[in-house]
Amino acid sequence: MLAWTIYLSFAGALACLLTPRENPRATRAVAFGTALAGLMCALIGAVQFKPENGLEVITNVRWIPALGIDFSLAADGISVTLVLLTGIAAVAGVLFSWNVEHRTNEFFAFFFALIGGVYGVFLSLDLFLLFVFYEIAIVPKYFLIAIWGSTRRDYAAMKLALYSFIGSGMVLIGMLAAYAVSGLASFDLQALAQHSFAPEFQRWAFPLVFVGFAILAGMWPFHTWAPTGHSAAPTAASMLLAGVVMKLGAYGCLRVAMTLFPEGLKMWQHELAALAVTGIVYGALVALVQKDFKFVIGYSSVSHMGFVLLGLVTLNEIGWSGAVLQMFSHGIIAGLLFGVVGRMVYDRAHTRELDKLEGMGLLKAMPFAAVTFVVAGFASMGMPGFSGFIAELQVLIGAWQAFPKLAILAGVGIVVGVVYTLKTTAKVFFPDQPEAAEPHDPHAHELEPISVQERLGAALLILCTVIVGLHPRLLLDFIVPSFKSPLFDGLRKVAGL
Amino acid sequence: MNGLPLISILTFLPLVGAALVFGVGRERRQLARGLTLAVNILALALVATLWANTNPADGAMQFVERHTWIPTLGIEYHVGLDGLGLVMLMLAALVIPMAVLASEKIEENVPLYCGLFLFLQGGLFGAFTALNFFHWFLFWELSLIPAFFLIKLWGGPQRSDAALQFFVYTMVGSIALLLAFVGLFLATGTFDFTKLAELARTKALGPAVEAKFAWLGWGAGKAYLVLFIGALLGFAVKVPLWPFHTWLPLTYSEAPTPVSMALTGVMSKLGVYGFVRLLLPIFPEPMQALLTPLLWLAVATIVLSTFAALAQRDLKRILAYSSINHLGYCLLGVFAAASATGTALDRTAALNGVVLQMFNHGITASLLFCFVAFLEDRSNGARGLDDFGGLRKVAPVFCGLMGIALFSSLGLPGLNGFIGEFLIFKGVFPLVPWAAVLALPGLLVTAIFILTVIQKVWCGPLNEKWVGFTDLTYNEGAVVFPATLLMFVLGVWPQFVIAIINPTVAHWVRQMPF
Amino acid sequence: MNTADYLALLTALAPEVIVVLTALLVLAVDLLGLQDTPRSYRMSIAAGLTTLGCAGAVGWMFMNPTVGNWHGGMFVIDPLNETVKAVILLLTVLTAMLSVDCKFTRHVGEYFALLLLATVGMMFLASTEDLLMIFTSLELVSLSLYVLVAFNKQSRASAEGAMKYFLFGGMSAAFLLYGFSLLYGLAGTTNVPRLAQKLFALGPDPLATVALVMVVIGFGFKLAAVPFHLWAPDAYQGAPLPSAALIASGSKVASVFVFAKVLLFGFSQHGWGDGDAAMGGWIPLLSIVAALSMVLGNLAAIRQTSVRRLLAYSAVAHAGYMLVGFLALGSEAFGSLLFYVTTYALTTIGAFGVLGVVESQVGGDQFKDFAGLSRRAPVLAWGLMIFLLSLAGIPPLAGFFGKFYLFAAALTNDTQNLPFLWLIVLGIAMSCVSLYYYLQVLKQAFVVAADEDARPLAVPFLAHAVVVLLAAAVVILGCFPGWLLDTLHQAIGELGR
Repeated sequence: MLAWTIYLSFAGALACLLTPRENPRATRAVAFGTALAGLMCALIGAVQFKPENGLEVITNVRWIPALGIDFSLAADGISVTLVLLTGIAAVAGVLFSWNVEHRTNEFFAFFFALIGGVYGVFLSLDLFLLFVFYEIAIVPKYFLIAIWGSTRRDYAAMKLALYSFIGSGMVLIGMLAAYAVSGLASFDLQALAQHSFAPEFQRWAFPLVFVGFAILAGMWPFHTWAPTGHSAAPTAASMLLAGVVMKLGAYGCLRVAMTLFPEGLKMWQHELAALAVTGIVYGALVALVQKDFKFVIGYSSVSHMGFVLLGLVTLNEIGWSGAVLQMFSHGIIAGLLFGVVGRMVYDRAHTRELDKLEGMGLLKAMPFAAVTFVVAGFASMGMPGFSGFIAELQVLIGAWQAFPKLAILAGVGIVVGVVYTLKTTAKVFFPDQPEAAEPHDPHAHELEPISVQERLGAALLILCTVIVGLHPRLLLDFIVPSFKSPLFDGLRKVAGL
Repeated sequence: MNGLPLISILTFLPLVGAALVFGVGRERRQLARGLTLAVNILALALVATLWANTNPADGAMQFVERHTWIPTLGIEYHVGLDGLGLVMLMLAALVIPMAVLASEKIEENVPLYCGLFLFLQGGLFGAFTALNFFHWFLFWELSLIPAFFLIKLWGGPQRSDAALQFFVYTMVGSIALLLAFVGLFLATGTFDFTKLAELARTKALGPAVEAKFAWLGWGAGKAYLVLFIGALLGFAVKVPLWPFHTWLPLTYSEAPTPVSMALTGVMSKLGVYGFVRLLLPIFPEPMQALLTPLLWLAVATIVLSTFAALAQRDLKRILAYSSINHLGYCLLGVFAAASATGTALDRTAALNGVVLQMFNHGITASLLFCFVAFLEDRSNGARGLDDFGGLRKVAPVFCGLMGIALFSSLGLPGLNGFIGEFLIFKGVFPLVPWAAVLALPGLLVTAIFILTVIQKVWCGPLNEKWVGFTDLTYNEGAVVFPATLLMFVLGVWPQFVIAIINPTVAHWVRQMPF
Repeated sequence: MNTADYLALLTALAPEVIVVLTALLVLAVDLLGLQDTPRSYRMSIAAGLTTLGCAGAVGWMFMNPTVGNWHGGMFVIDPLNETVKAVILLLTVLTAMLSVDCKFTRHVGEYFALLLLATVGMMFLASTEDLLMIFTSLELVSLSLYVLVAFNKQSRASAEGAMKYFLFGGMSAAFLLYGFSLLYGLAGTTNVPRLAQKLFALGPDPLATVALVMVVIGFGFKLAAVPFHLWAPDAYQGAPLPSAALIASGSKVASVFVFAKVLLFGFSQHGWGDGDAAMGGWIPLLSIVAALSMVLGNLAAIRQTSVRRLLAYSAVAHAGYMLVGFLALGSEAFGSLLFYVTTYALTTIGAFGVLGVVESQVGGDQFKDFAGLSRRAPVLAWGLMIFLLSLAGIPPLAGFFGKFYLFAAALTNDTQNLPFLWLIVLGIAMSCVSLYYYLQVLKQAFVVAADEDARPLAVPFLAHAVVVLLAAAVVILGCFPGWLLDTLHQAIGELGR
């Protein structure tokens, strides 16, 4: 059932491409149908999934025997969680993109090609297949930003594409080397995970592959594509980029780099943790001084992904579980934030500068947006009651065990996060001066009301973050048992668990 | 009564009420206010029921509810009530309606305002009954959100700065607290307060922490100390303890006065509650180890704040510093109870005094801010010491009732403010005499500035501006009269509160490992 | 030799004979019968005849599979040769189809005859293991190609390109011949496998090294490897479209095949190496050539604004990648090399097909001529996307798999030391660079809006057909490379070495 998410998405992409350019409504209907179908498959798959079984193989077909490559799909709790995230993000993305008029059919075609690639990565058990899906996701991103984006979109799109490609190039090298050295003549992740690579090999292979994936996850100092990219991208693309695509990188770190080269992780643990925490603090500090609304959110994404990376390198199960939960949680929250900033505010106000927005009286004009942003802001801060808190709590616990000083720095990062979120919220929606008698933009009060689709999208995302925040067992019951599967044997041994 | 999850109902009642009130249209102010008050009364009734059904002699937790929530992290939904919790619930149930009633002059977006107050009340109820760190922390943080908005949207000219400062300071403390408890979790595998207290009582907590963090190589006892300091930070900011108090004067003066009522009446008590419920039972040895510096800080809080109050010209700021001062006594009592030498009787006295002072000061301080709100209403926002004069002539009832509240704050015997301070000093003197002696000037200077207030505002020649000053209206009287009555009752017959508190306190003192 | 032998030889030569006859037939038909008919009519007939002839040759090969060796390796037929010849014939057919709508000449018959003669040369090149025959066939191919490049009498660029091609070609042919004569002098035989044995018996010899260098120069020219590539940009730019297409595809396939045979069978002891690389250190030499080609080709392509020159430099870069396949000795690597060059050829012809339509309808091959192609000729634009992304190495297209397989084969050769890892790292890094300039072209096609008065392009049916077919082929070969790989491997296996 889960595999249908992939097939449906690509089919949907083709279908959207074939809808006529002049009929956006038809395209939207197809798009919404595809996204909803994908989410349904994900939900059904999740319900049918039994976490106690560990890794469940979905299909396994011989593909290219010469290289030992199989078309092999499998799911464990982590995959299920992330597939759910993708489904939700896809539906919300379509809802928030309801107003795209220009070349709508190509927009949704690229959108679903990207989604299909993402689903594929999360469900692949063959390393080659994972890589193929990972790279498939690169080109649609370029076009989504280059054609429908805003500020400096050419530059941002090219930067994003090149950074991603370089990152995947690094992974490719590591992958080929691992294939050659293992002598297994197979790309099956399980087989490769069980093979123990020489420590000297892991010493360079691990950082190569980990950093290759981490570039896409926005690890400092390779994160510079993220703020520009997110800001230039159209709303749905930003939601997907920050919400799901960055998680591809983190997933790759976990599924490939860490499972294949556990000793390598141990060797580089402290350096990587330092980089992760730097990302957390740096991202937060830079977000504090931004003047562009979207850049604030872009840097906040870098900061939050730092938590994911920190959780991954803690080498204990709580940290890992926190990292995966943070992947889900931040995916939802980033979607909410970009939905408000991009769709609700920017599409109406046509400016993202905080100073200009301050004078627009947005609270009166769109109270729904204000409330949504407040909720999203508190969720992003890591307030208890929202999913982010549990995730960050687990990461902190894991980090406290492994690197206490860094854990304290991460705590500092959280505080800075609070500050910039509050300041931005206050500045945009609750400015001090009562609305000027003549607002800066005389049309400020004529902003079109928030549409039903936007409300639906926002409601969906808010519901997810609150439900997971109050009852995290819904997801933790998937995530935690997956670390007991044989795929993680090597990691557990190295972690001493 | 029998199996009804009363505490959960109590906690969720205001939250549900808040959701309902938020949905009321902007113009239906009376409806919003009415609905809010109805919920508050319901909550008060529930608390009274709890009070009536508590078994006074039993010092342990009652009305306990326990459900698993996130087993992998040792998190449960665990709530319970003892004497302290009950008293705090009652305080919250009393102060919030008072604040709402004092908010007559708020015109802007009243449903949002009232809803936020209900939200705040829910958060407080939850925090006072939680017995597992996770959802205690959830409610602790949740109570910050409505407070932030209440200050930010309806406050004075510097409200943005005040709200931000308030939130950020408290967050920093919260993070430190979180990290400390995460450390405890790592050492013991549980977030449950009762379990942690049990471990501390049997002196097993310290060694567990040391064992867990031994690899840090900090030396014996240091890890436990570090965790204690982390947790201490969280509460020290909230109470506040000198020198972490710098956020308070701005916040209290910029917040709309009814919000200041809630802030000083209940939210600051969250901090003291933390000291009593969390720090003392879970970190007894570190507290004892750091006793001297802590006592110095408490003394500084008490004395320095009174001198600061003396220098203020803004009534709200005076009251703000006065709050710091009164809570300083609470902290003095808590720290003294951890001293190495002393009898159980003294500790009991000190802690009894602390809890009593929390309750009494909550009532008194809220009432005082309420009076200031009334003054502001009549004077169009002016609240400087020198703005008034001789108001006794034009508003005698007002003067009388406010005078009673002021004297209670001063600690006049017969009013409720006295008994708490008395018990604290009764306990502290034998335990750590030097601290008690050093804190005495605080009492003196308090008297000075309170009398100054009375003199400047009420006595003396009448300021011509206020010839038209109206006396207390019936509505306002409805708020303050019962509270004043309560102050008298508590002053003359504190027994009915002490009867609830004492068994719990005695239970704690028995649990202490020294 | 008696007539029976001669007849047998002719029968074995049937495919080549058929093609020669076709060439003569086309020439005759056109010169004698069609001088007064419109050019397009003549072109269609000529192309049709060409197709029939080539199809006939392929059909003959399929229906009469033979194995044989005439005159000591001068003419060899085995399954691998036949496969390569079939590929070359296919490429010729495609080139012919592309020529149909071109308007650069009135000498239709001559043109197609030369095309077919070049094809014959390539076929001979593929079927020989004798140095003399190699040289002769190479000359046949080269001479035909020189003229084909110069065929556009109205264009100065055509003449200039042809001149450069000729001068370089002549010089490298001289080097090649000299090298071959040295080898003959050393070994006393012109048969390639026997050459290997004799050379090994000889041991290390400076003269052999000189000979090797000269051979590399000769073949390097044909492959457009650095530093023998200087003819490529001008030839690609000036030549008429089909000529450029043939140079880029068929000529490449044939020369790669024969170069590989000479190196692998002639210069290593047991043909497949088994690790003892050979006499004379050609491996380090070729690695340097490969590295230079990859770097220079990609870096130079960045600055181009003409798509033709871009494709030329891209050819240089791809020559570099292909050379990696030479370095790793073994049947695996040989198979991967052939797969790579085949898919490369198909992709390039497709790209030229799109280019041809744009040139004739829009008027030039600059980037800006491609603006808005996705609106003006959507099928061509999507085809171009597939071809260029395949060249960049994006999955799931054939180019990606070709590179992947090539690099994997190179690494699995010696898993202890991974000797070519640096080259592969360089290759992947340069692929990242290549994505940049391919995206620039695609950006024009998809992102940039066309001029206000730009009308949809009138694309000839044949061009559409070719592009669609080739795009489908690239995608299918990328997703299911199995059948081509298996065919190649089987053929290699039957070489009996």
